Formats: sequence, structure tokens, C-alpha cells
Amino acid sequence: MTLYLFYFLSFVAIFSALLVVFSKNPVYSVLYLIITFFAIAGHYVLLDAQFLAAVHVIVYAGAIMVLFLYVIMLLNLNTDSEPHKSNLVKITAVVCAGLMMVVLVGTLRGASQVAPLEAQNIGLVKNLGKVLFTEFLLPFEISSILLLAAMVGVVMVGKLDHKNNN
Amino acid sequence: MNIPIEYYIWLSAVLFSIGVLGVLYRRNAIIIFACIELMLNAVNLLMVAFSSKLHDANGQVFVFFIMAVAAAEVAVGLAILVMMYRKTKSVDIDILNRLKG
Repeated sequence: MTLYLFYFLSFVAIFSALLVVFSKNPVYSVLYLIITFFAIAGHYVLLDAQFLAAVHVIVYAGAIMVLFLYVIMLLNLNTDSEPHKSNLVKITAVVCAGLMMVVLVGTLRGASQVAPLEAQNIGLVKNLGKVLFTEFLLPFEISSILLLAAMVGVVMVGKLDHKNNN
Repeated sequence: MNIPIEYYIWLSAVLFSIGVLGVLYRRNAIIIFACIELMLNAVNLLMVAFSSKLHDANGQVFVFFIMAVAAAEVAVGLAILVMMYRKTKSVDIDILNRLKG
């Protein structure tokens, strides 16, 4: 049963990821990306990482996708304004991505010899919070500085353009 | 949890390669950003799979940090893109190839 669920979620994820690349309209691309993210959240639930699944849906399907859709609709992009590459470049891209996949699978094929420790519910909030706020406290604080820097940077980019136009 | 780890490795490799394909295939800069998100998610999925398999919470904490960095990256990147669009009226990366004002 779990295996069928895995196959279904994998099929949905890969199919909609391919549609992200191949659909002509950028709005449809981003909407298919949301489906991919929901499938990946389902995979997280299958892997007993329930809290991470919730965070994934909130951050990606909620925040980042809204940002993408907002920008696309702000710039008023659709199929007519979509730039196209030549066929040679497209074939080269497909060949390169295929080679990339072959290399990745070949490299990671021997990785299955892992020795599991004793089972415990590591995906729950209590356990993750304990690890995050003891072992990874410094990276946690640094990431807050990173988010602040990103916010200030976005405001600066907006301000600079506004000043130049006037 | 009876799914072999190889299945997740293959799924992540396929999703990562689709992300690479999208970066090489499309010329729309916003879709290229979306495909970078796809690659980050493939890595996140593999990290959660290994974390769950090894019963080690460190991998899942790393996924938090990747999400934070991805959120910051998307915010700054899309802001730069909007500013570029206002100057050049295009999101074609062949036109956006010089980082001049």
C-alpha cells in the first residue's frame, strides 16, 4: 500500500515537473510547480517527517509560489511574450540533462548500504526543535541575519530604481 | 517505512535532472528560478529520505536552512528581475546578459 502511494506521488511529481519545463505559458508552469511541491510534501509524510511536510506546504506552496505568480502577473507575461530558443539548443539541453541524470544515478547507486540506528520519531516538532536549538543554534541565528539582509536588499533594489527614474 | 532508499535516490536524481533541463531549455528567467527551486527540492527530498532511513534528525534540520536560504534567494532574485524588466521590458535571459545599470 505504501509502495503504491510512493509510485503515485512520484509519478505526479515527475509528470508535473516535466510540465513545468515544457508548458508554454509561465502561469501554467508555476501552477504545475505547486502540484510538484504538494507531491513532495506527500513524500515527506511518507518518510515520517510530518512537521517538515507542513513547513514545506506553508513556505513553498504558500509563500514562494505566491511570489512567483505575483511577479508573473505583475509583468503581464503570457504565451505571446514568451522567448524561444532554437531547436539545436533545446536538443543539447535535453542531452546534457540526460547525461547529468546518468552520472547522478551512477554515483549514488552504491549508497544503499546504510546502517540504521534504533527507531524513534525524529520528524516530530519536539525532537527537531531540540536538535535545532541546541546543536544548530548558531546557524539558526545566522539564518535570521540572512533573512534580514535579504529583506534590506530587496528594499534597496526597489529604492535605487525609483531614484534613477526621477 | 519499507520503501528502499534507492527509489528515493532515483526520484531525486530525476527531479534534479528535470531542474537542470529547465535551466538549460527555457529562456524565461522566472521559469529558470522555478527550476532552481525544483533542484533545491530534489536535494531536500533526498536529505529527508536519508535522515528518515538513518533515524538522524540533522538532515531534517539542514532542510530547514535550505528552505530559509531558498526563500531569501527567491525574494532577492525576483526583485532584481522586476527591476531588470522595468529597464529592458523583457525577461529573456539572452537580453539580460550584462549586469550594467
